[in-house]
Amino acid sequence: MELLVATAIGTLTAAGIYMILRLRTFPVIIGTSLLSYAVNVFLFASGRLALNAPPVLRDGVEVYTDPLPQALVLTAIVISFGMTAVIVMIAVGSYLSSDDDMVNDPDADADQTKEGAA
Amino acid sequence: MTHWLVLPILLPAMLAALLVLVARYHLTIQRVFSVAGSLTLLGLALGLFWQASDGTVSLYLLGNWSAPFGIVLVADRLSTLMVLLTCVLALPVLLYAIGSGWDARGQHFHPLFQFQLMGILGAFLTGDAFNLFVFFEVLLIASYGLMIHAGGQKRLRAGTQYVLYNLLGSTLFLFALGMLYAETGTLNMADLAVRVATLDAADGAGIRVAAVLLLMVFAVKAAILPLHFWLPASYSEAPAPVAALFAIMTKVGAYCIIRMFTLVFPPDLEITQGLFGLWLIPAALLTVALGMAGVLGARDVGRLVAFSVIGSMGMLLSAVAVFTPAGVTAALYYALHSTFATAALFLLVDVIRSRRGDAGGGFDVAPPMMGGALVAGMFFVAAIGMTGLPPLSGFIGKLLILDAARSSDLMWWSWGIILVGSLVAIVGFARAGSVVFWKAHQPVEGTPEEMAEPEPQPASVLPMVSTGGLLALLVAITVGAGPITRVLSDTSEQLFNPESYIAVVLTTPGKVIKDYHGEDDHGADSHGDDGSHGSDAVDPAATKKDH
Repeated sequence: MELLVATAIGTLTAAGIYMILRLRTFPVIIGTSLLSYAVNVFLFASGRLALNAPPVLRDGVEVYTDPLPQALVLTAIVISFGMTAVIVMIAVGSYLSSDDDMVNDPDADADQTKEGAA
Repeated sequence: MTHWLVLPILLPAMLAALLVLVARYHLTIQRVFSVAGSLTLLGLALGLFWQASDGTVSLYLLGNWSAPFGIVLVADRLSTLMVLLTCVLALPVLLYAIGSGWDARGQHFHPLFQFQLMGILGAFLTGDAFNLFVFFEVLLIASYGLMIHAGGQKRLRAGTQYVLYNLLGSTLFLFALGMLYAETGTLNMADLAVRVATLDAADGAGIRVAAVLLLMVFAVKAAILPLHFWLPASYSEAPAPVAALFAIMTKVGAYCIIRMFTLVFPPDLEITQGLFGLWLIPAALLTVALGMAGVLGARDVGRLVAFSVIGSMGMLLSAVAVFTPAGVTAALYYALHSTFATAALFLLVDVIRSRRGDAGGGFDVAPPMMGGALVAGMFFVAAIGMTGLPPLSGFIGKLLILDAARSSDLMWWSWGIILVGSLVAIVGFARAGSVVFWKAHQPVEGTPEEMAEPEPQPASVLPMVSTGGLLALLVAITVGAGPITRVLSDTSEQLFNPESYIAVVLTTPGKVIKDYHGEDDHGADSHGDDGSHGSDAVDPAATKKDH
């Protein structure tokens, strides 16, 4: 169980970091989404993993799972969802106004050298 | 318990919502309400500052739940000082936005401005680490809207970078909070302080990772060297009043570093030894070097000021990283100074850009601008402040920082880099000023008719008055340097003796979670968790006793 969760977090993080190092906005946004999935699972696991245990007080139950990380994850999901929506809108606006979806600074010198090379 | 403490957060939140819902098509009403709201905030901030100035720590329990279980707002000297600084900055910036017409160039400037204030004030007041994250997001999402206010290709591109960078910062912050919670089982800052102190240093790897991650997150906000890339483009492309308001945003990062690393991870804590002396001071000094080199290399006034912000944040953090009361006092004084100086410079950059027409803020020779003497004079004063020449507050701030650096092992490095960096900054600002203001009077190639006819400008008294107000504040903190540093040294003394803060947070009674009693008594005392967070249910008084 721990191994599975840890591997999932690691894979998601690695994939996310790979994606955010790309130059175009779409893969970068996918990368930030993957990272936010990774952090959500990570937060969930920070209250320890307990199987088949209720998070709220109930009669006749001895073992509980920690409810706080669940609340934290919920907040984090909502926030990262909103933030992703905002970045998509800004990226679309940027793409439409400049006909180009690169993340880096539009650099006049770099453009010239590229043209020179081509 | 009074409700004063929550008002600086509630008021802008309600006002912003009201402005969006009721007054979205009425700019005049928005302006009136926004200014009135900012004035009220300033009054509230003054009240809170006065309340905390005798050393009392006030606490507000949200929902009246007692401390480690509910979210708390805490107003000690540092929080109220930063709240006051924000409100003092907000008013001239808002007046500038109104006077220069920036708020009419896109929609929803005023609501976003209020949401931004809410986020910043919340971040300063909260006493809960996860709540700090939430307020970070509030201030960030408002800043995204403000950053791309009025649109434009370059601004949107810079905005995309800014948002992406901060999204990554937020993810890191969540990882750090997850680590903290996994290691300690709490996210209340005072409770964290108590529990981190009891952790065994031998197996403190997890908490060390959490501390370093937190430091990185705040370093992103404060634009410290390897994490500063977002700042130059976004600050120089952002609308001027927004860039001026962002002057406080880098200070949010600095505030969080001071708060977390005096309260939760105090300097003498064994677990986090070496974090500052070994890493933060060199990083801060390299930031100074980079910022000042950027000032010299900039080809545009906006970029010049943006890089000077990076340099000043480096200086501020080099004083914080010494982690002595003298260092924090110096850093706080410098924070006051650099907030006003930066804001004034960004507003002046906008004045220069709008009056030079096509030449904008670039270092090209352009015909003289209207009212150039006044603008040049103001730029001169602001540049003196920013580069730290006498007689203005930058000089005093720098003296305090150099004095505080004497207790550091890296003293000679600090002195060398800060002094040489200041010289470089003076050269950079002098070059900018002479190209923009003096060379304007040299004959320029081109048709004489074009030159003789500068574009008519709308009468703009309010922008100059608000910029002048910021410069007057610089003069004021210079003149009042004695009393201000006394207040600030009281502040840092309180920071380095966090016992009263912790005691107030953890012992103030509120609603507590009573023992659970079901319909039948069998399950009454069988609750508890899986053992790893057994101390969660310890009541505040007991925790206090441990401490």
